[in-house]
Amino acid sequence: MSFLGIGILSWITFLPIVGMVLILFLPKDNKKAIRWTSVFFTALQVMLAVFIYMNFNRGLAGVNLAEGFQYVEKFSWIDIKSVSWFGRIHIDYFVGIDGLSVLMVILTAIISFIAVFASWGIEKSLRGYFALLLLLDTGMMGVFVSLDFFLFYVFWEVMLLPMYFLIGVWGGPRREYAAIKFFLYTLFGSVLMLLAMIALYFSVSVIDPATGEKFHTFNMLAMMNPTNYDPGSILAGVGTSWRYIAFIALFIGFAIKVPIFPFHTWLPDAHVEAPTAISVILAGVLLKMGTYGILRISYPMFPDATLHYQVPLAVLGFINIVYGALVAMAQDDFKKLIAYSSISHMGIVILGMSALNTQGVTGAILQMFNHGTITAMLFLIVGVIYDRAHTRGLNEFGGLMNQMPKYSGIMTIAFFAALGLPGLSGFISEAFSFLGAFQVEAIRWITIASALGIVLTAAYMLWTLQRVFLGSLPEKWKSLPDINGRELFTLIPLAIIVIILGIYPSPAINLMTSAVNTLVGVLNQHGGAMFLGQ
Amino acid sequence: MLDQILQSLKYFQTETVLVVSFCVIVLADLIFRKKSNVTSYLALISLVVATYYLGLQGSDGIKSIFFNMFAVDPFSLFFKAIIITASFFVLLFSLNSKELVSKTRGVGEYNALVIALTLGMVLMTGATNLLMMYLALELSSLTSYILAGYTKDAEDSSEASLKYIIYGALSSGIMLYGISILYGLTGSVDIYGIHQALMFQHLNTAALVVAGIFIVVGFGYKISAVPFHFWTPDVYEGSPITITALLSVASKAAGFAMLIRFTKVTFINPAIGNLDPGMWDIFKGIDWRFILAILSVLSMTIGNLVALSQKNLKRLLAYSSIAHAGYMLMGLVVLSNEGIAAVMIYFIVYLFMNLGAFYVVMLIADRIGSENIDDYRGMGFRSPLLGVAMTIFLLSLTGIPPTAGFIGKLYLFSSLISAKIFWLAIVGALNSVVSLYYYVRVLRNMFLRDPQANAQSLQISFIEVFILILLVLPTILLGLYFTPIVEFAQASVTMFGIQ
Repeated sequence: MSFLGIGILSWITFLPIVGMVLILFLPKDNKKAIRWTSVFFTALQVMLAVFIYMNFNRGLAGVNLAEGFQYVEKFSWIDIKSVSWFGRIHIDYFVGIDGLSVLMVILTAIISFIAVFASWGIEKSLRGYFALLLLLDTGMMGVFVSLDFFLFYVFWEVMLLPMYFLIGVWGGPRREYAAIKFFLYTLFGSVLMLLAMIALYFSVSVIDPATGEKFHTFNMLAMMNPTNYDPGSILAGVGTSWRYIAFIALFIGFAIKVPIFPFHTWLPDAHVEAPTAISVILAGVLLKMGTYGILRISYPMFPDATLHYQVPLAVLGFINIVYGALVAMAQDDFKKLIAYSSISHMGIVILGMSALNTQGVTGAILQMFNHGTITAMLFLIVGVIYDRAHTRGLNEFGGLMNQMPKYSGIMTIAFFAALGLPGLSGFISEAFSFLGAFQVEAIRWITIASALGIVLTAAYMLWTLQRVFLGSLPEKWKSLPDINGRELFTLIPLAIIVIILGIYPSPAINLMTSAVNTLVGVLNQHGGAMFLGQ
Repeated sequence: MLDQILQSLKYFQTETVLVVSFCVIVLADLIFRKKSNVTSYLALISLVVATYYLGLQGSDGIKSIFFNMFAVDPFSLFFKAIIITASFFVLLFSLNSKELVSKTRGVGEYNALVIALTLGMVLMTGATNLLMMYLALELSSLTSYILAGYTKDAEDSSEASLKYIIYGALSSGIMLYGISILYGLTGSVDIYGIHQALMFQHLNTAALVVAGIFIVVGFGYKISAVPFHFWTPDVYEGSPITITALLSVASKAAGFAMLIRFTKVTFINPAIGNLDPGMWDIFKGIDWRFILAILSVLSMTIGNLVALSQKNLKRLLAYSSIAHAGYMLMGLVVLSNEGIAAVMIYFIVYLFMNLGAFYVVMLIADRIGSENIDDYRGMGFRSPLLGVAMTIFLLSLTGIPPTAGFIGKLYLFSSLISAKIFWLAIVGALNSVVSLYYYVRVLRNMFLRDPQANAQSLQISFIEVFILILLVLPTILLGLYFTPIVEFAQASVTMFGIQ
């Protein structure tokens, strides 16, 4: 499917770049035009996402089969002929989506669109802000659609710089520290990923059907096929120590993004200092890249290592859930509390993934989507109150229920969704994740212990509601205006998604069922079996 | 004999052009004393003509000329191209460098010396005889000493020149001593002859090791590898910015070209496969590969760590160039064609990004009169164009895609992983993370801090924008589409006398 000869995934990925270039040519002072151009391009993106959702073939599996991918575009990007001492280098521009990525593509489109509206109040260097925001958008979208590891890596890194500047220039008082911390952590993970990628590259080769020439490839699908591993290459075989090392290198790269304990310390800083819209993107989309990378790359390429590290992975999930919740409980900064609750909720994704069965992985992916929408709401909510009160101190508020009734209503929905109240989307995905993990004997006790996190989450969420809305209204907040139309406009679509998926999750689950089944099949099939490439 | 010389001259046209234009510029300087720009244009034109003859050389194939003093091969052609391009850009920079115009009496000598320096470096790339190597090295060093101190009214410039001479004289003295020992052992100053002697004669291992180490000192000084780097920060800081840029790119390229040719021709046993550990075996005594790896690790790590605390941007870039020498040495550790090609790819990339960074420093220093990082506050808002250009160059130096610097690092790491030297790849990768911190410190000052209240926005002329774009475009485009540079580098690894 294509328009003007360019495939729909290229459109959805590069539209923001078009918008960015346009914005750079707009006059600096025409703030209206700059804002609405951003709205226009992100709205187009949402429309494309809706189109993709409508036309997505739910029956195709994807994961490790090229035929299972949809909206595929594949062009030769780099092609360097072989010389006697160095093989041919071939890199494709290869994009496509399957059940693992389609929800993330939709999520990215929605969150970017909402982030533009959440940025309405930005006044400083408006043009630069929106240009960077759109560049960030392209980077995120590109990560979710890439099927070539090289392309994936480029998109992965493209995000770093806009994020650095968005936090560093438009952030809060400690923005410099937060921005560089984010940059350094992520780059540290990236270089490890780079080395693992190169090792994979030299281990995998495919045969060009046209010429019969054998060459190394960055094609992710080829890397998932055990028969493509060259005998004697570094990552050939099953359960070799090099495979474990490469798996861990990749894992650290992804874990920093999630973030998984003990790599999580950049997150609270980045969140607290970032402007609202950037927090929304950070929590809504960026964190998912880590877990998406594990599902898309680590699992199918290293099924042996995945099985081997199942229990440690679950333990990390447990630590994230309980530790995140405990630390969240101790916060009296509203935004920091939400940041730590993110860590806790991403722990549920990790736990669900570590189950390696259909329920668990389905729950994990659904939780990625739901956490994206719910946490985006939470950060928007913090932004609303911060814009008015210019403080995020939870203990300074109280009794806002009567002062801001509409705000209270929407915040209650978001908070109950976050603590997993049945009927809202968070419940479904958490339930699936725990159900899946509980079935696996090896991690059953870890799952039971993790359930403690649910109670803790309920505790700090309710306590926060109480501190903000109940009790007596301090004198200084008597004039706080209620939430305005623009802010409601950013929150209501998310609230609708949260409620609908809470009552009827099938539209989301149907998208991924076949892909998840295939992924689980890959893990169980190849995990214990041997690689033929030995 | 005369016949041989006349024959050789045919393959020596690029160098001849440089020699002739040096003389012409000196004369022109006497004639047009007032209109100093004439010499600048003459120098630029001579480099264009030299490039033209360099292009013709492409079809000459592989030859050894002047009684095996000098090799004409794709390998030297590649490095000549790098050096001449770098000199060309530096002369362009110099055209409107306020530092040169205001602090010196005319630029005629300057232009002549840059051409002489270029000649010296070009000769280094092809030298296959230890004496020729030494002479070429001295020609480039002596001119560099003068150029480093060219703004002689500035105190730090004279200091830089003096330090440079002392370090340079010492290192080349030690190198010469090493060469003489090697000559004594093998009876030859021709590197192919030395190779033969090493292959087939039984030589005193201890003396060989001493000679080897002494020669490495000379090379290490030229490429400013740790621990022979002590001159670098002071010289880079004190010299005129244009000269610093030239030293950091062209001089390093020439040093690497000579080092690669010397090691590869002399010490490698071509009969043993490209990647086998036995290929160093003919040079017994020490694990040479390990020594190179240690030099590489030290250069990257010390360069990066010291750069973290620098306040002067030129000095910071000096330490960063030490670190980059370390990265490039990683390719030399591999020493297979793959490793050499990676170094060459890195040089193309490094040419644009490093010259670009120095050019931005020069443009800003010309306007605010400072190279202090703290004075860069809000520079991104005072001149968005310079800010964005600097961002691109610094990201590229860090090695973040989609800039060309990433491709350079990718190939270096690839060659290491392909040769299964994983530990060095990991050290190199972690070093890139360290380097991010100080490169970003510049960006932080430029964008994250507001300019001082009375700061004006900077005016940049059209021609300066044009030169800047000439450097920015390759830095980005080669990151997105790197087929041409890889093909060029892969086609250029062929050296005279090596299969």
